[in-house]
Amino acid sequence: MLLTISTTYQPATDLGYLLHKNPARLQSIEVAGGQAHVFYPEATAERCTAALLLDLDPIGLVRGRGGASGEGFALEQYVNDRPYVASSFLSAALSKAFGTAMNGTCKDKPGLPAQALPLAVKVAVVSAPGPDWPSRLFEPLGYEVDIETTPLDPTVPEWGDSRYYTLHLRHTGLRLQDVLTHLYVLLPVLDNDKHYYIGEHEAEKLLHRGGDWLPQHPERGFITRRYLRYLAAYVNPTLERLMEGEVSSVDSASPRMDEVESGSAEPVQQQVAESNDAMRGLAESTLQPKTSLHDQRLQQVAHEIYQLSPKRVLDLGCGEGKLLRLLLRQPKIEYILGMDVSHQALARAAQRLHLDEMPPRQRTRLDLIQGSLLYRDERLAGFDAAALVEVIEHLDPNRLAALEAVVFGQARPAHVFVTTPNADYNQLFEKLNAGEFRHDDHRFEWSRAEFAAWATAVAERHGYQVRLVGMGEEVAGVGAPSQMAVFMKKDA
Amino acid sequence: MPQDTLKVPELSLIILIGSTGAGKSTFARRLFKPTEIVSSDACRGLVADDENDQSASKDAFELLHYLVAKRLKRGLLTVVDATNVQEEGRKPLVALARQYHVLPVAIVLDVPDAVAQERNAQRPDRRHLGRHVIASHRQQLRRSLRNLKQEGFRHIHHLRNVGEIDAIQSITRDRLYNNRQEETGPFDIIGDVHGCYEELRALLEKLGYQITEEPITDVRDLGVRDLGVRVVAPLVAQPSTSPPDPLSKKEGAPVLLLTDSTTEESPSRTGALSFLERGSGGEVAPGEPLRRKAIFLGDLVDRGPASPQVLRLVMSMVRDGSALCVPGNHDIKLLRHLNGKNVTVNHGLAETLAQLEPEPEAFKSEVRRFLDGLVSHYVLDGGKLVVAHAGLTEEMQGRGSGAVRAFALFGESTGEIDEFGLPVRYEWAREYRGRAMVAFGHTPVPEAEWLNNTIDLDTGCVFGGRLTALRYPERELVAVPAAQVYSEPVRPLNYRALQAQAQHELAAENAPGTTAQHENDDLLDIRDVTGKQFIETRLMRGVTIREDNAVAALEVMSRFALHPKWLLYLPPTMSPTETSALPDLLEHPAEAFDYYKRLGVERVVCEEKHMGSRVVVVLGRDEAAIQRRLGLVGEGIGKVYTRTGRNFFTDAALETAFLARLRDALSTAGFWEKFDTDWVCLDAELLPWSAKAQELVKTQYAAVAAAALAALPQVEAALTEATARQLDGAEALLARTTARHQAAAHYADAYRRYCWPVHSLDDLKLAPFHLLATEGRTYFDRDHAWHMETLRTLALADPSLLRATPYRVVPLTNPAEVEAAIQWWTDLTAAGGEGMVVKPYDFIPQGKGGLLQPALKCRGREYLRIIYGPDYLLPGHLDRLRQRNVKAKRNLALREFALGVEGLERFVAGQPLRRVHQCVFGVLALESEAVDPRL
Repeated sequence: MLLTISTTYQPATDLGYLLHKNPARLQSIEVAGGQAHVFYPEATAERCTAALLLDLDPIGLVRGRGGASGEGFALEQYVNDRPYVASSFLSAALSKAFGTAMNGTCKDKPGLPAQALPLAVKVAVVSAPGPDWPSRLFEPLGYEVDIETTPLDPTVPEWGDSRYYTLHLRHTGLRLQDVLTHLYVLLPVLDNDKHYYIGEHEAEKLLHRGGDWLPQHPERGFITRRYLRYLAAYVNPTLERLMEGEVSSVDSASPRMDEVESGSAEPVQQQVAESNDAMRGLAESTLQPKTSLHDQRLQQVAHEIYQLSPKRVLDLGCGEGKLLRLLLRQPKIEYILGMDVSHQALARAAQRLHLDEMPPRQRTRLDLIQGSLLYRDERLAGFDAAALVEVIEHLDPNRLAALEAVVFGQARPAHVFVTTPNADYNQLFEKLNAGEFRHDDHRFEWSRAEFAAWATAVAERHGYQVRLVGMGEEVAGVGAPSQMAVFMKKDA
Repeated sequence: MPQDTLKVPELSLIILIGSTGAGKSTFARRLFKPTEIVSSDACRGLVADDENDQSASKDAFELLHYLVAKRLKRGLLTVVDATNVQEEGRKPLVALARQYHVLPVAIVLDVPDAVAQERNAQRPDRRHLGRHVIASHRQQLRRSLRNLKQEGFRHIHHLRNVGEIDAIQSITRDRLYNNRQEETGPFDIIGDVHGCYEELRALLEKLGYQITEEPITDVRDLGVRDLGVRVVAPLVAQPSTSPPDPLSKKEGAPVLLLTDSTTEESPSRTGALSFLERGSGGEVAPGEPLRRKAIFLGDLVDRGPASPQVLRLVMSMVRDGSALCVPGNHDIKLLRHLNGKNVTVNHGLAETLAQLEPEPEAFKSEVRRFLDGLVSHYVLDGGKLVVAHAGLTEEMQGRGSGAVRAFALFGESTGEIDEFGLPVRYEWAREYRGRAMVAFGHTPVPEAEWLNNTIDLDTGCVFGGRLTALRYPERELVAVPAAQVYSEPVRPLNYRALQAQAQHELAAENAPGTTAQHENDDLLDIRDVTGKQFIETRLMRGVTIREDNAVAALEVMSRFALHPKWLLYLPPTMSPTETSALPDLLEHPAEAFDYYKRLGVERVVCEEKHMGSRVVVVLGRDEAAIQRRLGLVGEGIGKVYTRTGRNFFTDAALETAFLARLRDALSTAGFWEKFDTDWVCLDAELLPWSAKAQELVKTQYAAVAAAALAALPQVEAALTEATARQLDGAEALLARTTARHQAAAHYADAYRRYCWPVHSLDDLKLAPFHLLATEGRTYFDRDHAWHMETLRTLALADPSLLRATPYRVVPLTNPAEVEAAIQWWTDLTAAGGEGMVVKPYDFIPQGKGGLLQPALKCRGREYLRIIYGPDYLLPGHLDRLRQRNVKAKRNLALREFALGVEGLERFVAGQPLRRVHQCVFGVLALESEAVDPRL
């Protein structure tokens, strides 16, 4: 990974003073993850270029990670692009190698840091979500932006370009301090990968670096969200190895439907707001006070459940506990059992519901268990109501018989609420092509007729009555975005 | 002279009753094992630090009851050392005994107050107890004595003074009547006869019994000495000396033999052999030849034409030790009638009574004695076999209580009445999970079918069905058809199928071919897979699955894996060789050869490693085969799945085409006929790697190369300028960067070799390397050369789809051959090959120190760039990478191998899905253990 900074300011070699690095020497510095080398490929009075070469040690990166989370990485942790790409490692190296310049101090020439300089920056290479992103991030700050693309594999032209770009930035007059700060914040944002060395305080430092210009940046939402990923990133190595590259369950537990449906990044921002108080002010500036479809759905289910005044309620596929939270607010519900197949989702639910700090009486009202709707489970017997909110479509159709047997044959709650997307409605989503599902992990999405046929047959086979309800605003011809089947046991 | 021993049943709850100071603790310590005694004082001590703290009594007794319950649940004799002088104290104990079907025994230690007082006075901690305490204890005791029997005590020993107490020198533990664990068989277990004498004769003869009917000479003596029927049981077949040919015989699966079975060789000679080795079980005199033994499951009488004759035959066999018999509900009803009880004469009892009418009184009283002496059920063959008329749940086996007897006779009904006016039976077998096989009758069924290791052998002979016997341990069914319909059943024999048909017309269309076990297997229980699991395997004593591993596996199994019925087997992980010390290499075949040689393996098989995706193929000859064997309906003729149980294919059309073509290849090769099967399970590699891993290749492997090849030339350029400026150290950095650039180029070459576009079926190649299983057998007993040859022949049937794996057999004692094999590897890897797998010649390799690694992989230098990164050979990198440890990986490989083999063997033996799934789930769970994935 290489970063070069060139200037034609006269004398150009003043760059050496600014960076506090002698142009006549190659200097090596120990940095997080490896070594940084600072040298000057050219250093004349007309033009001077400083280079920061980051030489990450791929083996050391892995070995350095001690403790529980350091064990058992998935293989991609060993073979990855980190040694070649500008990432948060580069930010760390920048602040170490050019710390004085970033702080705007220069002992030898105190006036120099305030000086706007003509500067050219090259980064080989950056990783970006798309070719437009370097411009979207840097142009608002007054840079002229150029990129060179790289094919993913020149021997396989049909694969097209890779996500790697050589980035060229030019500015006619800017303080070096500002350039370094922009790079410090924006390079990891472009890269959007995990850097295991960034802790919470480091994230705050990043915020501090961006405090001056970030609030005015048109992409501040994107920038904020992206670098907070470091904090939210929670890797379960045990699971990841089995996932064969599948999205980890934290993603799947909070249905990505919201993204499709609202087209905004709003739920992630909510997460942001919750996950870091330090960021709250910034995040709220972009937060739209709008209830997502998923939340509406949960409220409707919760409302239907209250109407029954049940004593014992099951949330099957409780995810991170949004419905559980609504149910807990109803004091008449004596006991709530939340079950999910994802251990991680349960851990997050416990965290979000503050299970550990719950007062003892309240605590006895709720239990969280790992379980699967495909296995008979006697813990599920004896409930007045069960909710399966957006669960069935995550199962292969040939496993629905098992779910049916577990829920309606064995557990037999007095009432069962099953919600699932309404495929008829999908045509209204601009981002969905015909035949596409709202979520990668959906194994099917049913039309209203298909859902009704299934629900009626299930009810018939197991002695339930069923009624079907649309969820969300009805649109003529296609119905509501989601649909719910409300089952009632006949002898209940 | 007072008696010096007390008799108690070997499994009983002994409740000592006596006032404080009566000497209960001393008595208990003297006559029972310390662990058998649960004392209220000790419990008080545990919950209160003070054995005399009466305020702790409530908690102490809760603990005492808990301990008693745990011991009784586990079938252990238990002595309760507490005063127990009040009924309210004894009541919960009697209830516990009932709950666990254990006999309650009372031992009353009745000593005069003075003695008790004096003893208490000796003890500082009890000195303060007033006289009135002892007096009131004694009074309560006296009152209790007359009620003990009513309270439910089956044995009451009242020791009336110190002398009687001290005289007891031992406790005689009587074994329970149902405990016949030392009888190991072999047995012929016969279902409900109901007076069908001709069919019974025919069945016994078919089983090899010789029956002689003789005229009874002395009419007066008849019931007692001569029943007029003599039966000689067949000799136990001598084990043949030559090992069975596994290809010609199906093992494990029950086979209905309607031909004469005795001439057939039994497939499980091992069972018979172990019987011989273990001895006869005590009833056969030394030197006498071993004979089989019949077991009658009860309901000998009623409805049929010749109940007295059936009784005669069975009584004669039981008397001379050639049969055992458990009572059926009809037999017991007859007994009650014979005992003069008022019973309703229905359900065929009238016929029996009419048939008995002309019989002499002596015979009738002999029948009465016989029926009265029948024991509700038997536990046989070291606990591996249980017989009871209506079956028996695991908790009740080997226990004695009224509830056990009632269950064994009648089973349990749900309380509902079906459309025929008969009680709906609770199908205990559906939930049966016990270790013992249970053979039972009582409920007539059209076919004797296995369900969770239980089998109902009542095939309704008297209703015109068949009389069926189960040969144990062979698990063969032998049956004779009824000569006629003797009685019209109230409920048709096949009412269940009829019911299903009526209820779900659609389902019933598919239903034939799926069995009760298949249906039962539709729903697995979470308890079988979650929490800490301990799985017994044939190859290793037991494999433990940690709870957190099971947690990860549950999610993967539920969200991504195929229907569990497809998952017969998951392959074990494979360890690499130990690290080579040779320059520029991490792995080299020499270490693999050394490993096996060191552990006593004489020859190995080296197989070229294909760089594809490891898959397991389960394929039926047609959909019907999958339905019959796996119980999967409408799911096609097969599946190809990955190491974690996911479907390999995401494109259904490609999947269908692939499977059809593979099936056709097997048909062309004559595979189905040759292996006498309609399904197969193969272990294979599916190529190219990019077929499944396309996304991974693009997002990870190609991406890394793209990033490296874009960045490094620019770094080189900058360093070249710096070198021109003669900056100190720039040259060295430049050299290093150039080396990294080259490494990145090699790396790109390496991954590209294993990728080619898949546009159609023709681009996929399957390289099978293990023939794992076909109907009725696995091939773990075949060596790897056999597997290679068998599959090579198979590959010839469709060379463009199937790829034979190049291999060579290497005798490790021959240095030239070893050298040649190393050269082979060197050539393979130099040409870009992934490397090779070294396997011991035997599939299941046993060596010094037990089970050996089933295979070791030895990967090529270039290939390892994909695993260890482009730069792994750079100075400073390789040295550190050599510090790897293969121990954990090998340990894992062994456990996964043992589980994989176990699961498939269980499947082939026809065990319930949960038993197979447990192993498959275990492999998946172990795969989540933290082991360096680069190994």
